[in-house]
Amino acid sequence: MVWEVGSPLSIGAILFTVIIVAAMLIWVERRLLGLWQERLGPNRVGPFGLLQVVADMIKIFAKEDWVPPFADKFSFILAPPIIMIVILMSFTVIPFAPGVGVIDSDIGVLFVLAMASLGAYSVMLGGLASNNKYALLGSLRAAAQMVSYEVFMGISLLGVVALTGSFNLREIVIAQTDGWYIIPQFIGFLIFMIAGIAESHRLPFDIPEAEQEIVAGYHTEYSGMKFGMFFVGEYLGVVLISSLLVVLFFGGWLGPAFLPPIVWFMLKTAFFIAFFILLRAAIPRPRYDQLMTYGWLFLLPLSLLNLMITGAFVLWQEGGM
Amino acid sequence: MIRLIKDTLISQVVTLWRVFMHAFAKTDTVEYPDVQPQMFSRWRGRIILSRDPDGEERCVACNLCAVACPVDCIALQKAEDDEGRWYPEFFRINFSRCIMCGFCEEACPTNAIQLTPDFEMAEYVRQDMVWEKEDLLINGTGKYHDYNFYRVAGKKIGGKDKGEARNEAPPVDVRSLLP
Repeated sequence: MVWEVGSPLSIGAILFTVIIVAAMLIWVERRLLGLWQERLGPNRVGPFGLLQVVADMIKIFAKEDWVPPFADKFSFILAPPIIMIVILMSFTVIPFAPGVGVIDSDIGVLFVLAMASLGAYSVMLGGLASNNKYALLGSLRAAAQMVSYEVFMGISLLGVVALTGSFNLREIVIAQTDGWYIIPQFIGFLIFMIAGIAESHRLPFDIPEAEQEIVAGYHTEYSGMKFGMFFVGEYLGVVLISSLLVVLFFGGWLGPAFLPPIVWFMLKTAFFIAFFILLRAAIPRPRYDQLMTYGWLFLLPLSLLNLMITGAFVLWQEGGM
Repeated sequence: MIRLIKDTLISQVVTLWRVFMHAFAKTDTVEYPDVQPQMFSRWRGRIILSRDPDGEERCVACNLCAVACPVDCIALQKAEDDEGRWYPEFFRINFSRCIMCGFCEEACPTNAIQLTPDFEMAEYVRQDMVWEKEDLLINGTGKYHDYNFYRVAGKKIGGKDKGEARNEAPPVDVRSLLP
């Protein structure tokens, strides 16, 4: 059968869809922000402004790709592809639907967390290599932000893992047939969502780029397609975190049978992408020391408590029944 | 603890909800080339030179507008006709410099120079942004319909001697002692 996990067609389709969706998010985000700010957003190029993405792409490819003479060339060029590669790698373990996926890994959750941590290198390297004070401030903040959210991001997922008894994302989805994990793991969901926003550098936690404070943070010196990679990488991160939320807490492809599983997955993911954009429209940005305090003193104990209660519940259920 | 939950969770959810409700509000955007925006009558746009109720040019070439102009975009030259009326021989506004500040309108003693709500002044050639007197003059009185400088001023022109202006007493013969 052509449509199975890991077939070339499946891999190609997933890669193509994910990148196209990430690129289209440029338009989706601007239209939705416009909607919530009582504006219109781009509506001139093509029907509903849909071709705005094409125009942006032409612009970004035709732009001068300038490497500043004062930058550290090797790391400067290395940084943008890292975020793209790392996030696209994370998509390999996502189970989109039964039979649709790249690999069926037993360590899916760990793999995603590992790749997410590697993504921070892109941000920090890019900022340091730029040799620019704003970029340095950006990567400084990225480092500070990373040490605060990575910890509870991992721990918040362990509740789901404990309930399923597996790190395999596909098995996590199948284990949710009786009920989505949003109900038993509501606190875990909240904590993972907060960490996911920080992970994808989206408002309100876009502290490393904070355009009102430090120009564009770590990608201040980037132009052309290198900037484009950071940009699309950020949107890929949004898609990744949204699909992870769907897989871990909202039953992945599961849903009433009148729609095919892949459509359910896409609908749920689209809902979370829109929610991310709503967050951008609504919530102001905290200082990075506030995020660190909040993360270490509130979210980390909360996630540990959640893990402990979940673990106790699992043990009680196994021993008592 | 309750305070922390209220500040971090409840208020954020309320914020999200309120912003989400903006999706159902009417957009403020005016799609300009398709829909003409409603401009205000006091909008400071393209500059015109008006005429008095008799159809003569109001401008008396006093140069006050050129002096008041912060960007020096007004140039004019005074001339005098055989009736004694002053008028600009040329009157030139460089709209590529004009910042539509309206200082010229405030400075004008004869209400000749006025700003209008029109703002569509784009040109392909820069030189076309320089408007001469023929381009600036309109046939109407602009914002002030009954003001006529020479009819209220003491200056003698053809058909109106000293003392014949509106509200003007006849000139006093200072050498005569008669009451």
